[in-house]
Amino acid sequence: MAHYWQEIGALTMRWVRRLSREKFSMLFTLVQPMLFWLIFFGNLFQRAADVQVTQAPNYISFLAAGVVVMTVLNNGLAGGVDLLFDKENGFLERLMSAPIHRSSVILSRFIFVMTITSLQVLVILGIAFLFGVHPATGLLGVAMILVIGMLFGVGLTAISMAMAFSVKSHGDFFSVLGFLSLPMIFLSSALVPLTAMPTWMSVLAQFNPMTWAIDAVRPLILTNWSDALPHVGMAVVVMLIFDALCLYGGAKAFRRAMG
Amino acid sequence: MDRTIAIDVNRLCKTYDGHKAVDDLSFQVYAGEIFGLLGPNGAGKSTTLRTLITLLHPTSGTASVLGHDTVREADLVRTLFGYVPQERAIDRFLTGREHLELLGALYHLTKEEATKRIAELLKLVELEEHADRPAKTYSGGMKRKLDIACGLLPNPKILFLDEPTLGLDVQSRLRIWDYIRMLKARGMTVVMTTNYLDEADQLCDRLAIIDCGKVKTIGSPAELKVALGGDIVSLTIKETARLGSLAAAITGQPAIRTVNTTATGLDIRVESAEKALPAILEAANKLGCRLDFIDYHRPRLDDVFIAHTGRSLKDAAPAEETV
Repeated sequence: MAHYWQEIGALTMRWVRRLSREKFSMLFTLVQPMLFWLIFFGNLFQRAADVQVTQAPNYISFLAAGVVVMTVLNNGLAGGVDLLFDKENGFLERLMSAPIHRSSVILSRFIFVMTITSLQVLVILGIAFLFGVHPATGLLGVAMILVIGMLFGVGLTAISMAMAFSVKSHGDFFSVLGFLSLPMIFLSSALVPLTAMPTWMSVLAQFNPMTWAIDAVRPLILTNWSDALPHVGMAVVVMLIFDALCLYGGAKAFRRAMG
Repeated sequence: MDRTIAIDVNRLCKTYDGHKAVDDLSFQVYAGEIFGLLGPNGAGKSTTLRTLITLLHPTSGTASVLGHDTVREADLVRTLFGYVPQERAIDRFLTGREHLELLGALYHLTKEEATKRIAELLKLVELEEHADRPAKTYSGGMKRKLDIACGLLPNPKILFLDEPTLGLDVQSRLRIWDYIRMLKARGMTVVMTTNYLDEADQLCDRLAIIDCGKVKTIGSPAELKVALGGDIVSLTIKETARLGSLAAAITGQPAIRTVNTTATGLDIRVESAEKALPAILEAANKLGCRLDFIDYHRPRLDDVFIAHTGRSLKDAAPAEETV
């Protein structure tokens, strides 16, 4: 067990070091969702969005939940990229030929991605706070938001890693990533509530786990616990099923790739 | 020489999507030798190596390292060897020291053990001054040195090297060869893949020529060359009209194997030039043939490769490298 922690600690440290040496890319990944979605998109649509439809005091406060979950989505889907590069340049082989637990590399990646995502979510909620979005359920609500984010993030990161282990080239990986990310956002309740969507889109959006996560985060920010709890309960159930499926697929892909 | 078997590959087969990357491959590596797997890209070298480092499961057959099966006892086997993958298996954002520290943790060294070992290794590969710079600032040769230091970190009995000098300049290449010889002198068993004939010839105690997933031949470079059947004597003479009678006079003499008539002379395969040359010269003298030119060379590893695979290593089609 001590060995296990030693491995995971050292491998997680590696991800942290890499990030700290890619300051530019860190800045951009951190700033992009806040700047692009929350500040520009949120303010741009302030008057175009109908308060009757969004059921929120203003569009930014409606959008905050969406941006939080989008951040989880993007971080999660990109979570396997570094492993993909490790696979392509042989570093993964070097790691896996060492006498380590087979799961250490993957676990270190989960820990890292979840931590970074949580920090980013906190920053986004902080910026939203500056724009007057005060989470209605308080700090406990914020903690709940992080839990939902992580539950969603685990599954997404597993998908990303499964892809990293399965694709032939990183070109394929990024095409699939680009193809997945925007439709996932548009076919969810991130930007508009389902009630405002064309029927066919709202039907599709209901099969998107992202919708469930957002619908739980939104009342935590906008209304109160009694409104939020049923959504939170449903979200947790949906996320657990989603995670189980993704982890199963991920484990299969990993085993196929690593013998 | 120590004939303890360090590595035993027995009837190894690996099939990908119906394509046999490795097909009934067997060889043994003795403790303390430098063993080479020589062949063109896609011959099955990498597949064999990846089986030995426990990262591939054979379709059939077995491989064992110091008596331990690479599938059933994979965890144990991983503690026995060091591995130097092909170049680029480096995290460009980490410093040289951080690479070694990471591996130190993965091999479960304590902080003190790791610090001591890392200092020794950095000194060994002459990277002390550059140890705290990110690897992206390293030259190709320096990256390779770091790779080797990483492979040596577990203080292994066996070191696997995958194409150790691929793409290096001549100087770095010679430096790496020196390291490998030094490791052997320290009693380490070294197994390396290469597609350079001169590397295999100069460095390896024994080598297996691999092509299309099969071992074509196996032995020391010298043995392989001798087994090919001695040297080749080429001569040209002025009196080309007498070539026929000269060939007839030489054929059947002791130490002569085959005689081939060319436009201006003869190509004679001989068991040994020392024994055959006097007879050849005497026959030429008797027939009054004046020699224009005479040359003999020992078979080179290239001749061995051609004899066993039917093509030169340079011409060998770079088939798709499977995983």
